Amino acid sequence: MTAQGLTQPHAQPLVNRALVRAHLVAGLVFYVVVLFAGLLYGLQLQQLYPFPDVEFLSPGRVRMVHTNAAAFGFLVNCFTAALYWVIPRLCGVPVLSNRLGWVVFFAWQAIVLSAAVGILMGHAQAVEWGETPVWIDPVVLIGAALLIVNVAWPIFKRRDRDLYVTLWYYSAGFVWLALVYFMGNFLPQYWIPGAGGAAVVGLYIHDLVGLFVTPMGWGLMYYFVPVILKKPIWSHTLSLIGFWGLAFFYPLQGIHHFLFSPIPMYAQYGAVVSTIAIEIVVFTVIVNFFMTLRGDGDMIRTDMPIRWFYTGMVLYFTTCFQCAFQVTLTFQRIIHFSDWVVGHAHLVMYGVFGFWLLGTVDYLWPRLVRAGWYSNALRGWHYWMTTLGLTLMFLSLTAAGLVQGYLWSSLAPWEQSIISSVPFWTARTVAGVVIISGQFLLFYNMWMTARSNLPELEEAGSVAGALRA
Amino acid sequence: MERFTTIIGAAGIGCFLLAWALEGWLPLHHLNKIPVQTLEQIAPRPSAAFLDLNRRYPEAFAKHYGEPNAEAFREALKLARDTYIAEGCWHCHSQFVRPVSNEDIRFGPVAAAAEYQNEMQLPQLLGTRRVGPDLSREWNKHSVDWHVAHFYDPVSVVPTSVMPSYGWFFDDKDRPNKSGIAIVSYVMWLGSWTEDWDLGNARPSASVPRKDGAS
Repeated sequence: MTAQGLTQPHAQPLVNRALVRAHLVAGLVFYVVVLFAGLLYGLQLQQLYPFPDVEFLSPGRVRMVHTNAAAFGFLVNCFTAALYWVIPRLCGVPVLSNRLGWVVFFAWQAIVLSAAVGILMGHAQAVEWGETPVWIDPVVLIGAALLIVNVAWPIFKRRDRDLYVTLWYYSAGFVWLALVYFMGNFLPQYWIPGAGGAAVVGLYIHDLVGLFVTPMGWGLMYYFVPVILKKPIWSHTLSLIGFWGLAFFYPLQGIHHFLFSPIPMYAQYGAVVSTIAIEIVVFTVIVNFFMTLRGDGDMIRTDMPIRWFYTGMVLYFTTCFQCAFQVTLTFQRIIHFSDWVVGHAHLVMYGVFGFWLLGTVDYLWPRLVRAGWYSNALRGWHYWMTTLGLTLMFLSLTAAGLVQGYLWSSLAPWEQSIISSVPFWTARTVAGVVIISGQFLLFYNMWMTARSNLPELEEAGSVAGALRA
Repeated sequence: MERFTTIIGAAGIGCFLLAWALEGWLPLHHLNKIPVQTLEQIAPRPSAAFLDLNRRYPEAFAKHYGEPNAEAFREALKLARDTYIAEGCWHCHSQFVRPVSNEDIRFGPVAAAAEYQNEMQLPQLLGTRRVGPDLSREWNKHSVDWHVAHFYDPVSVVPTSVMPSYGWFFDDKDRPNKSGIAIVSYVMWLGSWTEDWDLGNARPSASVPRKDGAS
């Protein structure tokens, strides 16, 4: 059978594999940027920064590249790869246009690159997680809109009238992304100053996680877990409760990023209460997925994607359970402003969504390059180095946060909080090095896997070939 | 419940707008009773630190700012604010004092909403992390000399500091350049409006408009 026959059983294949692969690889390239930017910033906190005199590599700027490359380079690219894989399969209809797909692909990489360069040049915007320079914000919105048009098309044209759970999350997530991005990047920049602006920025930081990353992530889980386990999700009702609970409670919570601030107190109380209420939703989703796994628990050991996904779910539960406590005013007195919050952020963005995407990479890569994994041992090492590295990072940052918070409250000299943080920051750097080394095992494994099937890839996977299709 | 239009309309748009109304529009509606001030109103005259910088670095000052008047001061504050954002200072320094955790003893008066209703807080710079201390009451904590040395090489004045050094705020003779003069003026301006606050019962002073608009 020729490569042509493999990729194109119909006039137009359902899934454009080259596009999926391109987004996945681009996402992982930015992932490398994220890893090293994080390591660099960690070195600054240990007075070991290698480029102290280089203006455009100043640690403050590198930190913003770390978070923005994570959000817009790594997460968006990998989620997009998943969208291109999942949506046509669920709807039985290909995306609107492969040509548009490639235009958006190259445009998006240009956007993320120029955002990174802009931040390093000193054009950052003072919106947390939206530091992309103001001149690039409208372009981001246009790029996102084109992507949404392309992947929402199959949902419009789908064969079944009913929507599967994954598509609820995706459809709502698309609307939320546009609304949230506009709100966060434009309102506090041009129209709403001060405490009101802080309220909006709080909503933005939170909604980008809760109303974009989370729906994209759960959409993935609701697709891949039943596909791999070869059985439906345990309870449709719980899926419904989970989705509508997220839609109702999540957008209300953003101000919990600015508790005890000059924002009116009733808004802060509202954010606290709705954050605790989301625990109901978290429980329903977790119960649903673990009941689905019942009887197949051994697959956590034998099936790598399932292992990544369920590890991510355990960490999701940990994160969200932690939320219900840390959001209270009692905890906030001590932990706010400290490394506790940084630990929490890494647990969510990396431990949950990063892990789910690494599981997705593990699932998709052999299918995209049409070759079995080069080394199962390397897959195992990658998993354990990442998981143990992240656990160490989370625990050291959480402990550091408690130490910092109590020292600040005790009125010890400020320097004492730095001196006492150093051992924890050292542990965090070690954890970072372990994580980074683990990822290079993944990249090596991916490379060797693809290489075993290279001639066919070149034929089937070129951009030109995809455009002709 | 599982129809495309329900998902888009009720979950996508409906829930978002409801949350915006309760957690966005409502607090804004109350905060908007405090008038938004311009830079001219909150920085009507050059600060003592700005004049001091002129005396210490007359050449650089004359070159970049000319006379040490109110316009030059406001130009410096605006440039410094851009620098503060570009360098990500706001990721390691907050700009609000909370009414808990002894922060009013460590830093000074607790933050009031009126302090933030001005164009220097567009976007706001409250911050969410403190590696270094809060800066919203920095005006009376250190001298000009301390700040100049600290921006040039933080470890030289605070040996355990993990703040980066900012060599590009200085010219080839290691004197503060335009950015250097600006950033020192800015941090030594933050909180200066609280000078006549009653520390025991922090309330906006005459220089910060009250909720009813009277001053």
